[in-house]
Amino acid sequence: MIDWSGYIGLILQGALVTVELTVMGSALALVMAFTAGLGRMSRFAAVRALATVYIEFFRGTSIFVQLFWAYFVLPFAGITLTPMQAGVLALGLNVGAYGAEVVRGAVRAIGREQLEACVALNLGRYHRMRHVILPQALPLMLPTFGNNAIELLKGTAVVSLISLTDMTFQAQVVRAQTGSTLIPFATILVLYFAMAMAVSAGVRWLERRASRGLDGMRV
Amino acid sequence: MPSPIIRIDNILKTYGPLTVLDGLSMDVMPGEKLALIGPSGSGKTTILRILMTLEKINGGHIEVDGDQLYHMQKAGSLAAADEKHLQKMRTKIGMVFQHFNLFPHKCVLDNITLAPMLTKGETKTAAEARAMELLDMVGMAEKAKHMPAQLSGGQKQRVAIARALALSPKIMLFDEVTSALDPELVEEVLNVMRKLAAETDMTMLLVTHEMGFAHDFADRVLFFDKGRIVEEGKPDDIFRNPRQERTQNFLRKIIAAGHRV
Repeated sequence: MIDWSGYIGLILQGALVTVELTVMGSALALVMAFTAGLGRMSRFAAVRALATVYIEFFRGTSIFVQLFWAYFVLPFAGITLTPMQAGVLALGLNVGAYGAEVVRGAVRAIGREQLEACVALNLGRYHRMRHVILPQALPLMLPTFGNNAIELLKGTAVVSLISLTDMTFQAQVVRAQTGSTLIPFATILVLYFAMAMAVSAGVRWLERRASRGLDGMRV
Repeated sequence: MPSPIIRIDNILKTYGPLTVLDGLSMDVMPGEKLALIGPSGSGKTTILRILMTLEKINGGHIEVDGDQLYHMQKAGSLAAADEKHLQKMRTKIGMVFQHFNLFPHKCVLDNITLAPMLTKGETKTAAEARAMELLDMVGMAEKAKHMPAQLSGGQKQRVAIARALALSPKIMLFDEVTSALDPELVEEVLNVMRKLAAETDMTMLLVTHEMGFAHDFADRVLFFDKGRIVEEGKPDDIFRNPRQERTQNFLRKIIAAGHRV
């Protein structure tokens, strides 16, 4: 008879690492999404080029390869990261590249007439973005941001390849030690699903808040 | 004799191969109420958009209130205006749009106070007090906390007028402000504009298809066709005794289409 409580505890410890990776990776992804998304619409050609290179590169290469670079190759350049740092960096930069296009698309979706109203009211570039364009673009970004956050959550499993003890890594440890496949993998299946549901609910709540008063109508 | 508040000198505006304004020149005196009429595509809206710095010009000069609009003095010669210069010039001009362009995520009051607080550093209290005065003037005070989506077209346009007035511009531009409204809502907006014309000495440029209103409102009417002023004069002269054939044809078509003069 196997004493499961210890093994489940191990998986829950892994779950904590997964949550940590998801939260920090999402935070970095969000920063990158806005930086690169807005950068891509900059009036300076150099900023646009830099943002485009970042987006295309991180969308166009595999998250595995990016993670291996962050963990195994960067040390050759004198930058040594912990597995957690490498994981957050790779996940955040990767998902941020997708998010950048979401930001750009949502900002572009706000009608030209809103911008013209801003010009007529003499709002400067920063104020236009901050007070008029972004508050209207945010509700358009959120559903896709929710998708991206769930993708990121599921993507965290790749960090087990650089020996970070996330949920998937711990499940494999439990499987190796107990010989049982069903229980550890069923446990993490349920846990991943529960976490994804939590992300969904959180994003829906944000959507309701962000579109308050808009009544689904654009004027 | 005061000098003109707007001096448009030989401006050229093209969109690709299309010439919209072709060497147009005109002056507007301070306090003057001007109606710009003409067929669509004649360039009348483009003039307003150029004055609001929403369009660039391809040639010529514009002077507003003694300063060049699209040019500035730099090291003794005229250079293209930078954003800072444009921002300074925009404080003199306000615009009301055909489609209102209210900010849908902000309530009526916040739509009006946003720009005064951000661009003139007004306190919230002062901006709101002034906004309520303006809302009272356009008959929208009790809707201050409503969202734009909850208003009718006529109400939205009255809020948009109040929003433009909140920055106290010397010149107001009205671009077909009743064209997007249901017929029964046109009058409430025109009433606000009549009141505005009677109570202030603001310079107003109005692009409109409401010939009856243009007749009563304007000191001077300009008839545009193909990017040029074909005829100008007092409302009575233009509407009762147009001299140019193109003006006559245009007015005949407008009357046939059911617009009253």
